Amino acid sequence: MTALFEMNGVDVHFGKVRALQACALRIHAGERVALVGSNGSGKSTLLRTLHGLVRPTSGTLQFDAAARQAMLFQHPYMLRASAQSNVALGLWLRGVAWKEARTLALHALERVGLLGLAQRNAKALSGGQQQRLALARAWAMRPQVLLLDEPTASLDPGAKREVEALMEEFAQSGMTLIFSSHNLGQVKRLASRVMYLEQGRLLADLPTHDFFNGPLPPEAAIFVKGERV
Amino acid sequence: MNTFSDSVSTALSLIASFDPLLGSILLRSLAVSACACLLACSAGLVLGAWLGVARFRGRDAVLTLLNTLLALPSVVVGLVVYLLLSRSGPLGFLGWLFSFNAMVLAQTLLVLPVVTALVRQTIEDADRLHGEQFQSLGASGGTRSLLLLWDERYTLLTVLIAAFGRAISEVGAVMVVGGNIDGFTRVMTTAIALETSKGDLPLALALGLLLLAVVLLLNVLIALVRRWRERMDEDLPPGAAPLLAPQQHQRGTGP
Repeated sequence: MTALFEMNGVDVHFGKVRALQACALRIHAGERVALVGSNGSGKSTLLRTLHGLVRPTSGTLQFDAAARQAMLFQHPYMLRASAQSNVALGLWLRGVAWKEARTLALHALERVGLLGLAQRNAKALSGGQQQRLALARAWAMRPQVLLLDEPTASLDPGAKREVEALMEEFAQSGMTLIFSSHNLGQVKRLASRVMYLEQGRLLADLPTHDFFNGPLPPEAAIFVKGERV
Repeated sequence: MNTFSDSVSTALSLIASFDPLLGSILLRSLAVSACACLLACSAGLVLGAWLGVARFRGRDAVLTLLNTLLALPSVVVGLVVYLLLSRSGPLGFLGWLFSFNAMVLAQTLLVLPVVTALVRQTIEDADRLHGEQFQSLGASGGTRSLLLLWDERYTLLTVLIAAFGRAISEVGAVMVVGGNIDGFTRVMTTAIALETSKGDLPLALALGLLLLAVVLLLNVLIALVRRWRERMDEDLPPGAAPLLAPQQHQRGTGP
């Protein structure tokens, strides 16, 4: 089975900071991969590297160029424009004509339950609504791989549930999900596989059940117990 | 204190009497500075936005030079433009020296670094915060800079005000290249300088107060427009996408 992503010995340095060290992984289509670890462990850098926003300093990264990707950021940036225009923008940037993009944007907004707010200024939406809007913008591009950087980190419980439900739906439709999270309950609910990072090193890579029930490297075990955040 | 109270009453009487000479000087001042700002902003917005996202060898040197130009003395600009436009200068054939156009050119050169530097800083800060997200959506550097320019439009109104303030308040450049010719190239600042040298301080100060009042009025108008647009602005204008479109066909399917 061909991997969507294959990383071997990847290092990423930002000046003197070694954000990723000797990372090796393979991710296949349809997987739901959760990246966990304490703050500054390298989760976001790994996501950005997989997405092509950061180039490895050394090592090799191969990815299926035919697989469309989209990424959702922890604090999605919205233009000072309507929700519809913000979704349409993503499509337009991928070459869809503006008029068509605006029509497709309405479908995407309907998908995430924001059709009623299509004409509202995106900046005026709540944090949860903005995150759903960002999901609509990502979903509208019909990505095969969706990368999410702590998608529910700053949301209230209700908004968290809504975003999680959408992630679940996207995964059910066959989309590959790779997301970082501090919420182990969310990881249990959504992930099929968990990767634990610490100081830029990938210390554990296990199926979700094994990660929470099996033996773990000491650092990961401490994290799971909640003694390191 | 007398001078100030005299000045205020002189200013008020000048305004109340709709003095035609004062009116022509005021209109000329506004016209010169507005034209200069229009030209400088057209070039400065594009140049500043590009510098905000572009990374190239020698960029730091360019930025240092640009920031140095912020402190450019207006009289030096006047001198340079004078040399360019003088009969033996490279642009002497235009015959612009001591004309409206010469003053516009001088103020444009004076204001251009201000606009470029402030726009560059605004766009670079925005790009540092959000550029990666645009990149993720598939936006190239050029498109990114235009999108950020558009999104930061209300912040950039302040740049416009700063540019206009710099243009309308300068005296050195317009004095050198305009010559302060009565009814032709006399503007508020050169008139103030002239009246001061003649010892008519109340009139000079009155002109100064009038100049301040005009700038204040413009600022209030821009602030009102800004607040109104912020409340009303719900959508990308119909023309925005085509304006940004030229680079879309150069992009692939993104990362």
